[in-house]
Amino acid sequence: MKFKENSKIVKADKLAEGVYSIWFETENIAKESKAGQFISVYCNEGSRILPRPISICEVEGNKLRIVYRVVGKGTEEFSRMNEGESLDIMGPLGNGYTLKDNKALLIAGGIGIPPMVQCAKELKNMGVSDITIVAGYRNNDIFLKEELEKYGKLYIATEDGSVGTKGNVMNAIKENGITADVIYTCGPTPMLKAIKEWALAEGIEAQLSLEEKMACGIGACLACVCQSKEIDHHSQVHNKRICKDGPVFLAQEVEL
Amino acid sequence: MSISTKINIAGVEFKNPVMEASGTFGSGMEYAEFVDLNKLGAVVTKGVANVPWPGNPTPRIAEVYGGMLNAIGLQNPGIDTFATRDIPFLKRYDTKIVVNVCGKTTEDYIEVVKRLANEPVDMLEINISCPNVKEGGIAFGQDPKAVEAITREIKKYAKQPVIMKLSPNVTDIVVMAKAAEAGGADGLSLINTLTGMKIDVERQRFALANKTGGLSGPAVHPVAVRMVYQVANAVNLPIIGMGGIMNAEDALEFILAGATAVAVGTGNFVNPTLTLDVVKGIEDYMIRHGVNDINDLIGIVK
Repeated sequence: MKFKENSKIVKADKLAEGVYSIWFETENIAKESKAGQFISVYCNEGSRILPRPISICEVEGNKLRIVYRVVGKGTEEFSRMNEGESLDIMGPLGNGYTLKDNKALLIAGGIGIPPMVQCAKELKNMGVSDITIVAGYRNNDIFLKEELEKYGKLYIATEDGSVGTKGNVMNAIKENGITADVIYTCGPTPMLKAIKEWALAEGIEAQLSLEEKMACGIGACLACVCQSKEIDHHSQVHNKRICKDGPVFLAQEVEL
Repeated sequence: MSISTKINIAGVEFKNPVMEASGTFGSGMEYAEFVDLNKLGAVVTKGVANVPWPGNPTPRIAEVYGGMLNAIGLQNPGIDTFATRDIPFLKRYDTKIVVNVCGKTTEDYIEVVKRLANEPVDMLEINISCPNVKEGGIAFGQDPKAVEAITREIKKYAKQPVIMKLSPNVTDIVVMAKAAEAGGADGLSLINTLTGMKIDVERQRFALANKTGGLSGPAVHPVAVRMVYQVANAVNLPIIGMGGIMNAEDALEFILAGATAVAVGTGNFVNPTLTLDVVKGIEDYMIRHGVNDINDLIGIVK
């Protein structure tokens, strides 16, 4: 069940350069949300008509948190919002991760890191004891470190080598000899491609979270498709809807 | 005060004049979670072709000031899947079914129209105005001779009333409307999107993979109202007006300009229940202005 609500901001802060956090108080959305899903966030400024799809970072009771990077005028508007103000949001949207009861590896890069918090939290709550998280940042301006460390063993990679492994998440995985039974991942396409290749070679199940420009957010407009390996049942062509059939797909399902 | 919002287009009665614009609503399945489809005058489906179409590469959309560009490229599952899945879904609701038909050649359109002849659909809307596919679509919609010819061909085979959806990307839309009328159209839908372009200045490349896309949303509303007014005063056909409807007032502008019905498009993305808000807003307006019959509002601003 999806809901559209005008939600009050109960906490808004800056986590790193260009990276912001908002906690919303919701009526229904938080209670219905699970790891890997996203919400549509609508601008108050009327000239920006389309909602911004933003992953759910974590939920706590009726509160829901997003952590996002300012990449344009819409996210810039959100970054200026204060506690007590409100925004229209719709959700939860998309399928989310299918959490498995075995050795988990969460891999994320940049603004793909936020959904890993809820993913790790839910895995821990369901009793998964072996949770490893690999997070890739640009530099030492890192965010969500404390949250991630609460739920799993955290490895960090930075492009400039200022924290953890110098390089990307794959360098950190190799350097530390990390293995897993299931991979949950979110991040830039080149990273997803590398993880897909590694996971398929190693025979590890990999759940990839994709992104694309979206309009409706619910599967009607067909703006946000990705290429599927097989002909998709709904579309009858090699296209899947990221907002509705995803955003999480198995590595072998999609062409990146 | 009792009011009637019933309208009639080519012998088909609609409970109210509010539909949604093809391509923004799928076949209603996804929006049914937000909108009681029984409350709409009609559901206008996304364009359907004789075979499945994969559409364009991504990015397929870009936001612009007060609107958006899209170049979906008419991705659709083809008439076979549509007839066995989407039509039975829509038959569960007490609303009219308007099927939007697209094609690359006249034969493609006719194949779909023939397939729909024995299906329980109420009306056909023929898309001769999509700016985002190279063949078909707009190729038919920018030449009055082609508009008249394809309308006449489709009318030979259609068992339901035929609405021709016109493009605003022409010098004079009245010429196209008259051509469709001469070809035997039962009604007109206008407008489709206006061809536009957006360039990502930081990355120095096109925002859309297709380079160009169709502009829709509130930015196009005044253009659409002007075209509906011009056409309504030049031809003797019912018009479904669309383009940038964001509230009941925007919809009423079309009706006052001469449209019999209206369609909500891009506004669905902004507010998933906008169609219902427009239905309610039109009723409130009629009560406020003491209008018993919505037909008394059509084209009264001259």
